[in-house]
Formats: sequence, structure tokens, C-alpha cells
Amino acid sequence: MEATSTCPSYSARDYKSEVKPVWCPGCGDYSVLGSITKALAELSIPPESVALVSGIGCSSRLPAYTNVFGFHGVHGRALPIATGIKVSRPELTVIASGGDGDGFSIGGNHFMHACRRNVDMTYIVMDNEVYGMTKGQASPTTAPDWEKSKLTPQGTGINPFHPLVIALAAGANFIARGFSGDQNGTAQLITEAIRHPGFSFVQLLSPCVTFRPEQRDWKDMVHPAAVDPTDDPARAARRLMTDDGFNVGVLYRGSRKPFQPERQASVDSVADLEKEFVL
Amino acid sequence: MTARSVSITFAGSGGAGVMTAGNMLLDAAGRAGWYAYMTRSSGAQIRGGEAAAMMRLSTSPVQSHDDRFDVLVAIDWQNVGRFSAEIPMTSDGLVLGDPDGGEFPEQIGAKGARRADIPFKKMAKEIEGGRPNMIALGAVAGLVGLPEDAVLGVVRDSLAKKGEAARTASEASVRAGMAFAAGLPACPRLAAAEGQSERLWSITGNEAAGLGAVRGGIRFVAAYPITPGTEVLEWLAPNLAKLGGVLVQAEDELASINQIIGASYAGVPSLTATSGPGLALMTESLGLAVASETPITVVNVMRGGPSTGIPVKSEQSDLNIALYGLHGDAPHLVVAPNSLADCAFSTQWAVHLADSLQTAAIVLSDQSLGQSRATIAPPADPGFRAIRLMPEGEAAERYRRYTNTASGVSPMAVPGMKGYQYTADGLEHNEYGTPSSAAADHSAQLDKRLRKLAVHDYGQHWADIEGDGDIAVLTWGSTTGPVREALERFRASGGRARLVSIRLISPVRPEQLAAALEGVARVLVVEQSHGAQFHRYLRAHYDLPGSVRAFHRPGPLPIRPNEIFRQLADWS
Repeated sequence: MEATSTCPSYSARDYKSEVKPVWCPGCGDYSVLGSITKALAELSIPPESVALVSGIGCSSRLPAYTNVFGFHGVHGRALPIATGIKVSRPELTVIASGGDGDGFSIGGNHFMHACRRNVDMTYIVMDNEVYGMTKGQASPTTAPDWEKSKLTPQGTGINPFHPLVIALAAGANFIARGFSGDQNGTAQLITEAIRHPGFSFVQLLSPCVTFRPEQRDWKDMVHPAAVDPTDDPARAARRLMTDDGFNVGVLYRGSRKPFQPERQASVDSVADLEKEFVL
Repeated sequence: MTARSVSITFAGSGGAGVMTAGNMLLDAAGRAGWYAYMTRSSGAQIRGGEAAAMMRLSTSPVQSHDDRFDVLVAIDWQNVGRFSAEIPMTSDGLVLGDPDGGEFPEQIGAKGARRADIPFKKMAKEIEGGRPNMIALGAVAGLVGLPEDAVLGVVRDSLAKKGEAARTASEASVRAGMAFAAGLPACPRLAAAEGQSERLWSITGNEAAGLGAVRGGIRFVAAYPITPGTEVLEWLAPNLAKLGGVLVQAEDELASINQIIGASYAGVPSLTATSGPGLALMTESLGLAVASETPITVVNVMRGGPSTGIPVKSEQSDLNIALYGLHGDAPHLVVAPNSLADCAFSTQWAVHLADSLQTAAIVLSDQSLGQSRATIAPPADPGFRAIRLMPEGEAAERYRRYTNTASGVSPMAVPGMKGYQYTADGLEHNEYGTPSSAAADHSAQLDKRLRKLAVHDYGQHWADIEGDGDIAVLTWGSTTGPVREALERFRASGGRARLVSIRLISPVRPEQLAAALEGVARVLVVEQSHGAQFHRYLRAHYDLPGSVRAFHRPGPLPIRPNEIFRQLADWS
């Protein structure tokens, strides 16, 4: 959503609340919170015109740490709540956020259908390849041989879910990957995602320093996408299927028309509808 | 011989057009000033299976079936035997069928009813484009004494778009059936219609629920199809659009309930409709609506359970899940329509209560209310609207979304209101909405959410109370219809008894029920569930006076008036 010239200007601080996060020191999500508030300031969207929705998990605690209208729902259902908000109040800027377990496991069906439905909103997933709030279990994006979970001590033995490829196949209109360690770069990605019409999906690699300390090395592994984003799904699919998972930037920009049902009354009152029942 | 009520079943194989004939008979009766009621039964096939339209025509309002059918007319006999249990008949009844309609089912023969032939196929061949179902319609209309004008008027209007030839053929078929009826054995003819001051409506319970929803102010609906709740959503889809509202088909019931939570949070009164399995999937998020104090309404059209159960048949067995299915202490509203027409009132009232009390409301309809069609006097709009308490003026300090008021209801801001930003939360929270696991916050918010339901004035609508005497029949939902009829017969036979049909199932109203049962020595509880769920609910929450008996039975067979009458007559 473009800012209009009449909007007052805001700073990132205007979008933050005084609630102290439950996150561990060093968690990547602090930086993502900073990126989101910076993006909103960049766009000059009044805080009361933003709805930020999440499910359950460490990263899903995020709405309470902001000063926008927030909804912290149940596990996996952020996207349907966000859909209900946007479809009924299209003038709002709607953002859903959460983690990889919330979005790709318990909420996997909604992820697929939100991409397909293409409602104009932005979905930010802080991906750390682990369930942190329940103390370290494998998530859909965890490598098959990760053996540190008590629940799967031999590793999951199953291939990780590839969210960007799924998003593309399911019809997402904007696909990007970012790294929480680059707060300004991530803020820029989020800004572009919010501006882009339709369903925008942003995967943010956001290290869990507690259960996946090796993810501290991600800062040395990420690299900017070598080529500009494509609007060709076939080309995007080849790139996404073959990238190393650390390719950062906007990777696909589609031009599908967003889903937004007409809301134009054609009758004056409910009484007009009752005529169909009269014998 | 005339009667105030006549019951007829049309049956036949798929494509025979029995539902069309039934609908036309219902509309014709309505136009001629009689009341009519129709349920449908069909085989398990998706398309083309055998079907039965079960009708009751009456001089007074009727929204449930009688004990037996006067006429069974089968356009053919293919698989019609499987409906036998649903079509009780006595030796006075009349079974009409085509001698070329296939093998006559043993189960139907066992009823001992009179039989007569109508050669539907042969007669249809003699008319260009003739239709056996229209001949059956004419025959039944002739038998029970519906005026030809009313029947032909409905035929003409229904076939307006099918062209001249189809209309002429159907009219000729109806006339042939009526002419043939003159030579058939007699069956009860309907007594003259009592004058109606206004034109009747033809409506199903599911349509009525949809109407109640939009009358209450619902403007967002999320939909996931499930039998027998789907028609609520299908009626709402085009009609909500006409009102400038929106219906979204969701990917599953988890999505549909969360979409309505989102839309309601955003300020738009929201509803979904489902049936048992869908309600089971929604229970976690119903708790979210309760905890986050987001008003939503869920219309649950009950069917036989558990699991997939009997999707096309009625049962009152979702009472327990509606009352107790939510985890934690989660007070919410459960409202039950007790007639087809009441689906409109109860849904509208539930929408109003959900928004007034900022909580989740479950409307417990069932298949026998939802999928039945009746001619009814137009139900007036009772005026209940979804109106929320909202904060006013500029926000002076940090907004306390969950402020602990005396009424328990806190002003609810919606996105766009400057200075009132808050985070709605399913986590326990303090007055600001900030997550809190402190004992004091938990206890304060639990009390507040309970109190707002407990102290609200629900007025007289919590139950329908009729009659007097020291016997009371306590019931709810669709079994109220046959109970009412049983009580009429009981009174006609010199007995005295009262009816208490509870509409507001939750929260419970112990003082009001105690007053309603003042002086009662015997209580008969009537319900359609195997586990006596309603009886157990009453025992848990109310003191029932005197001796108590429970008459309960699972679906799919409806509980009929005479069974209840016998319970009363034999209890002395």
C-alpha cells in the first residue's frame, strides 16, 4: 500500500509497544521486529491501520511487541484470521507472521490456500528449522539428519519442506527470502512485499541461538540473489529448486489479480430478500 | 371424510421427479391457504438414487410429521422398500403404484394398507411429453381436495422458463391425474382452509437460519460445505452479496472459523455454518473466540453421529460437544431453534447475543429442521441486531481492551480507531491484553467472561413455556414439534400438562426454570439422542421437581407425537 502525501511521518519506534519480548538473548526475531517496524515507518502507514496476525510459537509472540492492531490466535491459523480481516476491511494493511512449524506444519493447508487465494497481504515466516517454544523439536524445514531432538533422536529421516517452491506452485504473487541479521535489507524486503499487490510471502532465516546454535553461522552463508527477480514462474521454479537455501532477495514477482470480492449492495434492505419466500 | 391434517409420501427412483412433485404440492397447498410441511429422504447415491418426499398438509400451522401417512404414491417401486421404516401406515392408509413400476416391495405390503393402481407410464405415454410425476401430483391433489387452480398455477409458474410445450404437457398430466383420482378409493380430504390474512412463505429451516443471520446484521460468512449445513451457506452466498456482504469459501473448517474470527475482530458481524464433524474441528478456535472475546456465530445443523455417522438424518446428539467441547473453562452461548420457523428467530437472536456479549454463540439446529420445507406465516423481524459496545472519544491513556467492568462486557475497539491499538489474545492476559500467567489475572478474566453471560437479561426468549398442570414435558430443538402435538392430544383427552422447550441452552437459567416448573409433580424429558444428553444436562444444572422420566431415542427415525402421548397417558 502506497503512503499518501497527507500521512504524517512515523519512526520505527511508533510501531513498538512497551511489552518485553519473551525471546532468548540473541534470537533473530528481535531483529525481524525491528525490520517490520522500519518497513511500516518507511511506508508511513498509521499504526491503527495495520493488522498484524500470528499463530503460536516463539516468533508468533510478535504482535504484542508492536503498537499496531494485533491478533495472537491459535497454532497454525494466522492466515485464515488475516484473510478474514483483509477481505472484510480491504483498506487495512494486513500482515501475518509466525514460525516454520506454525506456518508449514500445522498451518500447512492454510499456507497453500492463502498462496492460491492471493488476498492482498504479507506473510512473514521466521524460519529457524526448529520448534523453540516446546524446547527443540524438528520442524518441516529441519534437515533429515538433525539428531538433537529428544523426539526424533535418529533424525526425522524425511526431506525438509521447501516453502518457497511450494509458495510458487500454489500461486503466491511475491516471493522473497531474507536474513534477520541484515535488518535494513530485511526491512526493504518487507516494504516491497507490503507494496506488492496480492499474497506476498517472505521467508526470513532467523537463527534460534538456543536450540540451533550452529545457525549463528548463517551470517556467513547468506548471499544476495545473483540475478534480478523474475515474473516467469517456470524460471522462478528452476531457480528456487536449485538454490542453496541462502539466496537472499526478491525471487519472484507475479502479476496475478488479488482476491477481493465486490462489496456493492444491490438491495436496500433485508426485506427485499424476503420476497423469494412469498408464495 | 375430511381431516384437519393429511400426510402423503411421494416415492420413486432417481429422476422420477418426486421432489419436484412434493415441492409443487407444498406450494399449491400454501397458495390455497393450507399449511404444509415436507421432509425429504434419499438413498446414499450422489445423484440418481431413490428418493421420497414426505408431506403433511394441514389447516393449521404444521412443522413436524404425524404418526402415520394416509397416502403413499410410488411413481415406481425401485428401492422404495428401503424407506419403509420412515413411512408408517395403518390399514386405513392407501398405497398407490404403477402395475408396470417394478416389483412391489414386501416391506410396504406388510403395512396392510389398501392398495390401488395408477398406470403412470401408460398414462404419460398418452399425453405428448407427459410426465408420470405430474400425474402423481394431480392424483394426490385430487384425492385430498386441493383446488385445480392452485395446482396448475404452481405448475405454470415453476415451468415458466421451460417453454410452452413442457408447460402444456405438465398441465395435461396434472389434469389426467386429478381425473383419475375420482375413481380411486377414498382417503381423508383436507378440511377447508382457514382464512389467511397474509400470503404464506415457503421456506426451509436452513434458509430461515440464513435469513435470521442477515436480519441480525451478519455481513461476513466463511463457508466449508458439509451435509446438512451447506444450504445455510448456499442461501447466504447470493443474498449476502446483494446486501454488500461477503462470503468466502474456506479450505476447511479450521479456516472458516478463523476467517470469521478475523472479520469480526475487524468489526464486521460474522458467521459460519457447519455440521457435527465440522463443529468438532472448530472447537479449539471457538475457545479462541471466547478467550479473545471476539463475537462469532456458528450454526451447527446436527446429523447422526459420531464420526461421519448418518449425514442425511437428524439427531440431537451434538448437544454435549456444543456445551462441553471447548477446553478450559470457556463460557459461551448455545441457542437452539425449536421449529423450522424458529431457525430465523434463534439465529438472529444468537447473532445479537454474540455481539452484545462479545463471545461465541453456537446455534444448534438439526437436519429435520434445516432440510425440511414448510409453508409458514411470514415471521416478523424481531429487531435483534449485532450491536457492539465500542469505546468512544479519543483514547486518553493506554487502551484496556479487557477492562474488568461490572457487566463483564468491555468496550471493543476495531482496527482503524486511532489510539486504541491492542493485541487480541488466546493466551490469558491482563486488562490491556498483554499475555499474563498471573493467578490474579487468570481469575479476574475467567470471572469477567463468566459474569457477562450470567448477568445479561435474556428476557422471555430463554424458553417457550405453554400450558399448565402438574405434568411438564421438558424438551429442546426439533423434538418440540411432536411434543407440542402430543400435548394437544393429551389436553383434548382431558389431561393437563405444560411444555417447557429450552431455547437458551447455555448459559443455564435455573431460577427461571424453577419458576416454570412451579407445582409440577412429574417431568417427562423428550429428546432424540441415544445417550440422553439433554436429560443429563438437566440433571447436572437444574433441580427437577417430583419424579422424572426420560424418553430418548437416537435418529434416524423421528420421534412421533403418539409415542409421546402414550408416555403421558400411561404415566398415571
